[in-house]
Amino acid sequence: MPLYHNDDQAMLKDSVAPFVAEQAPVSHLRKLRDSADATGFSRDLWAQFTEMGLPGMLVPEAHGGLGMGHMEAGIVLEEIGRNLTPSPFLSTGVGAVAALAKAGGTQAGRWLPAIASGEAIVALAIDEGAKHRPDRIATTATRAGNGFRLDGKKSFVLHGHVADMSIVAAKTDGGITLFAVPKDAKGVTADPRRLVDSSLASHVTLDGVEVDADAVIGEVDAGGEILDALLAATRTGAAAEMVGVGQGAMDMTVNYLKERKQFGKLIGEFQGLQHRAAHLYGEMEVARATVMKAQQLLDEGSEGAKLMVSVAKAKAGRAANLAVREGVQMHGGIGMTDEYDIGLYMKRDRALAEYMGDVHYHIDQVARMNGY
Amino acid sequence: MSELDAFRTEVREWLEANCPAEMRVPVRDEGDVCWGGRNWVFKNDAQKQWLEACVSKGYTVPDWPKPYGGAGLTPEQTKVLKQEMKRIHARSPLDSFGIWMLGPALLQFGTEEQKVQYLNPIARGEIRWCQGYSEPGSGSDLVSLQTFGDDKGDHWIVNGSKIWTSYADKADWIFCLVRTDKANKYQGITFMLFDMASKGVTTKPILLISGNSPFCETFFDDVEVPKTQFIGEINRGWDVAKYLLGHEREMISGGGAGGDMVSIGGAFAKSFGKNAAGELDDPILRAEMAAFDVDVFAYRAMGERFMDMWKTGRAHPASSNMMKYVGTELNKRRHELVMSGGGSEALEWDSEETKGGARARGWLRTKANSIEGGTSEVMLNVIAKRILDLPGA
Repeated sequence: MPLYHNDDQAMLKDSVAPFVAEQAPVSHLRKLRDSADATGFSRDLWAQFTEMGLPGMLVPEAHGGLGMGHMEAGIVLEEIGRNLTPSPFLSTGVGAVAALAKAGGTQAGRWLPAIASGEAIVALAIDEGAKHRPDRIATTATRAGNGFRLDGKKSFVLHGHVADMSIVAAKTDGGITLFAVPKDAKGVTADPRRLVDSSLASHVTLDGVEVDADAVIGEVDAGGEILDALLAATRTGAAAEMVGVGQGAMDMTVNYLKERKQFGKLIGEFQGLQHRAAHLYGEMEVARATVMKAQQLLDEGSEGAKLMVSVAKAKAGRAANLAVREGVQMHGGIGMTDEYDIGLYMKRDRALAEYMGDVHYHIDQVARMNGY
Repeated sequence: MSELDAFRTEVREWLEANCPAEMRVPVRDEGDVCWGGRNWVFKNDAQKQWLEACVSKGYTVPDWPKPYGGAGLTPEQTKVLKQEMKRIHARSPLDSFGIWMLGPALLQFGTEEQKVQYLNPIARGEIRWCQGYSEPGSGSDLVSLQTFGDDKGDHWIVNGSKIWTSYADKADWIFCLVRTDKANKYQGITFMLFDMASKGVTTKPILLISGNSPFCETFFDDVEVPKTQFIGEINRGWDVAKYLLGHEREMISGGGAGGDMVSIGGAFAKSFGKNAAGELDDPILRAEMAAFDVDVFAYRAMGERFMDMWKTGRAHPASSNMMKYVGTELNKRRHELVMSGGGSEALEWDSEETKGGARARGWLRTKANSIEGGTSEVMLNVIAKRILDLPGA
């Protein structure tokens, strides 16, 4: 498969890009932020997403979805990134779907159609601290009655306070098990915090939460593989969104270089800025290719996908970070103002960088996967 | 089975039968590379056998048309051949500037007669070419070149000098940029071809910081060049030169720019030792190597995407400049890490155990990567101007 969008994918982009740009440009984020929105995203916009079939893109057709791949989801995520659109698409339509589709069974039958129809928002309750360490899960699930009792604390769960269901990773006797914990389960409390990019992430406390045996996603003790699928999909999706953030910041900055005059010249005439902009262009192109490669390998079910996913998250993280830093610097004083959008890109990039493992985490993973 | 799969099977069988075992180990140093030419001495029988087998199949230049010595393969078939060769670690049967540079220029700008005349000996490894571009006063500002060809009716008399002519001392012919109109900067250059054995041509190898001399100074003292020996049009050689520079960057981008595109960290696990956690026993170097590996794997994906897009006309025409810039900077970084990883042993200059100081010399050689074929700074200028459309660039 060539590493560029085929005709169908190009058509998808041609319909999604103007849709997101018109319905949810940066001003949409500002409106939510300035009205102290308590949901974290617009339900009206989510309804529009649903009309286009986007929440169910990755949902298998048998469960009412479109049965598309990560390459297609990446097209949507890049536009979400470029427009800084607050959306539960990544956690619900990508991460949760990847886990449920991998696991199959009761929970897949229950939640996948609900996701595809836009009825269900799903949160991913994996991390338990300020840093992403999915191999250090302390939340426990102990057998109780007909099912399990969950105890523990999950940190920075995006959409955790509004999600209809949360996928909770917990330790069981023989490994990791994933649970579908519904919103109204007794003993669950979510404490939402506003983050730097205006998104809402919750500290979720699980205090003796009782769930039925069929709340298990997949098999007991066999959640590791499902968690891996969830993480690979979500990391790749976050990387695609970062490519959008970086590209948006870069485009805005290059345009600014062509408009702003100092010393009687357009500042884009100065070689000191030209070379930095050109370097950034190269980094962004490489990041884009890397993310596409990770998407392609995931869609093919290739063994090499895991390595490339970490490479993509790290590379997209580096490139987008460079784009927003150069963006603010090259804009000068105006780049520091709240009124101008470039600062919002910097904030969004920082939040995405941390999400599901930062650059350093994934660089370390690459070393481990290469045996050192 | 698709046609391409059938081709793959055929190639696999052919390689199995025709690629000698000695040619299935990676090239260790410059001496293992087969350059061909009038004075070529094969390193061993296997090298000769492998070249002859490939020549008979057209596999030295698989994507060139058959009448010119190629195999007439489609881009997809060429990719399959390369994959299958890579699979058994088969060496390139023939490397040459004729294949990489002059050939593409001839295919694009040459007359039918010129294609038949010049391409076949290139494909067979009979004539080794060198490239006469840079001059002492014309490096990055190549178009200011002053080597002059005086029009004498049916021939030119060429005077001047070139520099950084790779292997000029070993080459049979040169393709050379010569000014034929002093009044017209861009439209006053002719792309000439002539025999290095012509009277008045002398070469002088330049000793580099690596201790090697792959480059030469080349002097022309009243060299007579028949007025049939040029490509394109007289005074329009800059068009050919520009095309070739683009092609060179594309070629570098398609494979060579990033150097050896494999993980670097794993290679040093042996010499360093590992800690109890199985990590390389120098946390800071490990981190730098891992960060480098991320960039290597990322660039590998970029190379794949670039070639896929380039071959189908989807790539920005100037994007090879970006590939060259990113890839060569990456390769320089690799060799800095190779030196750090190797420690004092990598400093050895001539011992047998270090293959004559291969690491130190290789490290120094890579410093030219971002100078030759257009400096990194020129690449960035081109990206700024042609891709980002920045003003005044």
